[in-house]
Amino acid sequence: MIGDWLDIGWVNEIPVRGSRVVKVTGGDDIAVFRSGEGKVFALRDRCPHKHGRLSQGIVHGGAVACPLHNWRISLSSGEALGEDKGCTPTVPVRIDAGRVLIHRASTLAAAA
Amino acid sequence: MEHQTIPACGDDTREHLVVVGNGMAGCRAVEELLARDPARYRITIFGAEPRVNYNRIMLSPVLAGEKSFAEIVINGQEWYDEHGIALIAGDPVAAIDRAAKTVTTRSGLTTGYDRLLIATGSDPFIIPVPGKDLPGVIGFRDMNDVETMLEAADKGGAAVVIGGGLLGLEAAHGLSLRGMKVTVIHLMPTLMERQLDEAAGWLLKQALESRGQTILTGADTAEIVGASHVEGVRLKDGTTIPADLVVMAVGIRPSVALAREAGIAIGRGIHVDDHMVTSDPAILAVGECVEHDGQVYGLVAPLWEMCRALADGLVEQPTGYRGSVTSTKLKVSGIDVFSAGDFASADGTEDIVLRDASRGIYKRVVVRDDRIVGAVLYGDTADGGWYFDLLKRGEDISALRDVLIFGQSFASGGGQADPKAAVAALSDSAEICGCNGVSKGQVVSCIAKGAHSLDALRGTCKASASCGSCTGLVESLLALTLGDEVQAGAKTVCKCTSFGHDDVRREIVAQAMRSIPEVMQKLHWSTPDGCSSCRPALNYYLLCALPGEYVDDQQSRFVNERMHANIQKDGTYSVVPRMWGGLTNPRELRAIADVVEKYDAPMVKVTGGQRLDIFGIRKEDLPAVWADLNAAGMVSGHAYGKALRTVKTCVGSEWCRFGTQDSTGLGVKIEQATWGSWMPHKFKIAVSGCPRNCAEATIKDFGIICVDSGYELHVGGNGGIKVRVTDLLCKVATEAEAMLHCAAFIQLYREEAWYLERTAPWIERVGLAYVQSRLLDDTEVRAALARRFFHSQSFSQDDPWAKRAEGAEREQHAPMAHFTPRKEFA
Ligand code: SRM
Ligand SMILES: Cc1cc2nc3c(=O)[nH]c(=O)nc-3n(C[C@H](O)[C@H](O)[C@H](O)COP(=O)(O)OP(=O)(O)OC[C@H]3O[C@@H](n4cnc5c(N)ncnc54)[C@H](O)[C@@H]3O)c2cc1C
Ligand code: SF4
Ligand code: FES
Repeated sequence: MIGDWLDIGWVNEIPVRGSRVVKVTGGDDIAVFRSGEGKVFALRDRCPHKHGRLSQGIVHGGAVACPLHNWRISLSSGEALGEDKGCTPTVPVRIDAGRVLIHRASTLAAAA
Repeated sequence: MEHQTIPACGDDTREHLVVVGNGMAGCRAVEELLARDPARYRITIFGAEPRVNYNRIMLSPVLAGEKSFAEIVINGQEWYDEHGIALIAGDPVAAIDRAAKTVTTRSGLTTGYDRLLIATGSDPFIIPVPGKDLPGVIGFRDMNDVETMLEAADKGGAAVVIGGGLLGLEAAHGLSLRGMKVTVIHLMPTLMERQLDEAAGWLLKQALESRGQTILTGADTAEIVGASHVEGVRLKDGTTIPADLVVMAVGIRPSVALAREAGIAIGRGIHVDDHMVTSDPAILAVGECVEHDGQVYGLVAPLWEMCRALADGLVEQPTGYRGSVTSTKLKVSGIDVFSAGDFASADGTEDIVLRDASRGIYKRVVVRDDRIVGAVLYGDTADGGWYFDLLKRGEDISALRDVLIFGQSFASGGGQADPKAAVAALSDSAEICGCNGVSKGQVVSCIAKGAHSLDALRGTCKASASCGSCTGLVESLLALTLGDEVQAGAKTVCKCTSFGHDDVRREIVAQAMRSIPEVMQKLHWSTPDGCSSCRPALNYYLLCALPGEYVDDQQSRFVNERMHANIQKDGTYSVVPRMWGGLTNPRELRAIADVVEKYDAPMVKVTGGQRLDIFGIRKEDLPAVWADLNAAGMVSGHAYGKALRTVKTCVGSEWCRFGTQDSTGLGVKIEQATWGSWMPHKFKIAVSGCPRNCAEATIKDFGIICVDSGYELHVGGNGGIKVRVTDLLCKVATEAEAMLHCAAFIQLYREEAWYLERTAPWIERVGLAYVQSRLLDDTEVRAALARRFFHSQSFSQDDPWAKRAEGAEREQHAPMAHFTPRKEFA
């Protein structure tokens, strides 16, 4: 059911250990990450701490370090790791023949 | 505010605890209860304010602009959700029916209770003068008051604060920081007379007046004047002070109306026993609204103790509250005031006083029968906690008598001010964090349980999580408790490796390693791809070891170095173009002005580094901004980088009547030679034309002071939290020698310092003598260092902005996709 999923581009448009952003009109950006192992994740581009742009952070392991105050956020669960508490909404991702698809309804929920 | 309905809990048979008052005591009581037995009661909290639970004492920093409301929230909505607490905010309880065991709110919602907790706090006391009800006359109690004050301050004008106590002075301070002309009217002859003696009150008045406030003591308000809005305050002596805002901060009254109407016993506050139970056994009360043993309180510390006793009673393990001794601190930045206990001179009391006029310090300790009964400290409050602790414990101080006033570190024999020894000597019950009522023992046990950082402590026992004034104490406790652990073993790069920085640098060169993954592999990194600490370090070490060969890893760069601009808290960027030696010209200024207008930059400012900073540029616009600046001949100023920042200069011999050499020209030459080089940390240079040192060369990483006979070269200075003045490296006769020494010094630093170690800590670690021996003992060693620097520069002096402006790494600036939902957001 392709209608439930948004096709946002090729996997290799996202740098390894890097990220790109999907703009959502009227809502927050969605940050799309590619980890060192090549897995792709999508989260709202807002740190649970003070809304730092997670897309601008350093990706390591399964986490990204927020550029503003260095909280580590899990790419898979959106939870802050270590001592910090907080959570960023995640969006399910599918890879189909090299294309990245993100779940439409979750995108709307996360961007809202 | 939408009204929530109380969840239908037909199958929830637990006792229903209803709390009236969503403030500091009400919510803390619930926290204490949940900590003891999270499931025992079904809980509903009613709050008159349309907000979640916040830290009322931090309203002052919010008013002063030091904190936002979000930062002072204690328990956000998620806390209520998580514990299944129903919060009905914005709808005050209007009546209690004790026979039916129900409460009814103003909007008509009626709820039954098994146990009722009244925590309604206090109301500001409004003096009954004509005009007291005019719009523009407010108290200082809740966030609405702060919002009213901020609105008034936005319009500017004058404010009168009636009441020179803690609250009034904090209000006055905030309003004056916000740009209002502030007058404080105080009935008594000295400020804060309940907490301070005359001497300290006077010092305080001087300090506030020197900050531009007008303080009228012995002034009695006759009337508040104004037609439809406040226009001024008339005093009994006839003077009228114009005002657009009047803040009444003359005192508070326990909020007891609800309890009185319900027929509960009250005096000044609601009568409670040691377990915080009122005259009705089903009804408890806590906080500022209560009277216990004849006392009512207006500070938070006693509330925490009450809440503990209350929760112990609610889970049937009664302990009992025995009253509190309080201490006070004024939250006005830059003015340190502390007081505790009773300091009125009386029969049998003895004062020990220390004054240091030049430093503006006044300390007074009041002693009775060899025990401290009161203390007033002004200007130096570091020992407040210690005196307060001795006071609360009733310690016999006869042995310390002679040295008591010099403070703890002196009294305990050190003679030197050693904060660690002072903290070590505190008893376990000593209060560390007054805002959250956390004792030394609690902090230490939290550290023992694994909270090994300030953040971790703030997250667990809450020490230093509120106003932060005890941060230093908490850090000392961390250092004391973890001391051995912290010192054990060499400092590793990060948790991913057991190697230190020197080992890693040495091995990279020795084993000719060429990439980050190779280093991680060969040095047994314990994580797959490192972390945000080691990756930038390794990237730099490789870059330094392999100039021209190593391919920079963008994903191991901190965002600013990846975006070639400084990220701001709202996600936009600031852009600082290079202006060689601080010189500029109409063409550059015009280009900057054009960029500011074209991209709607909200602010442009002259930086501390003698450059211009353009703020608020969107990530998408950066390449275009750079293209425009490039077109006027400007390149990146690297204000974002662990790199050469700016070379500051003064006007020098070309213009200045004192100038001995062409400091401006030399600064430009040095900046042109050194820009673009990556370093372990940022690197700043300055050249001053004579020892008057207008370019502040002696707090730079490399500073030159021109003198008649040549150039003094200074190294290892910085500003920052811990200012360090440079050491004199040597003196040279010519510009060329100055440049050569500079290059050699930078290269030594580049090759040997640890990542994120600035020259100041580096020189402190390795010693000036070592640096001098490497740079001065052998001209060939010096020349070789300089050669390696210039070799590396031959690869790094290309403008990163120009490449981006031409389209390199376009994906860093452009979104991957754009999604416009059809109806969902419509
Ligand atoms: C823009 C500027 C303030 C201004 O408007 O004047 C500034 C802004 C920042 N400084 Fe600074 N510093 C600025 C001049 C200074 C100066 C004055 C100087 O250079 O003569 C100092 C004291 C001298 C010194 O460096 O020793 C200074 C000492 C610091 C420090 C403390 C450094 C230290 O070693 O202790 C930090 C914190 C750090 O780097 O860790 C800092 C950090 C920062 C950061 C990068 C904070 C951050 O991480 O976001 C600020 C970036 C703001 C931004 O996004 O643009 N800034 N900073 C100045 C830029 C100068 C320039 O033209 O490039
Ligand atoms: C600006 C300011 C600065 C301060 N600084 C300090 C300081 O530095 N140190 C210190 O120790 N103390 C300080 N205090 C005092 C401290 O804030 C109080 O001691 C503390 O908040 C009292 O807690 P409480 O729960 O009793 O009352 P509150 O925190 O006032 O809570 C009572 C709550 O009950 C609500 N309420 C009242 N009636 C009803 C009703 N009928 N129905 C529903 N809800 C109702 C009120 O709206 C309020 O939200 C400061 C106070 C202020 C205002
Ligand atoms: S002093 Fe520097 S770091 Fe601090 S707020 Fe100002 S610019 Fe930012
Ligand atoms: S905003 Fe992300 S760590 Fe502070």
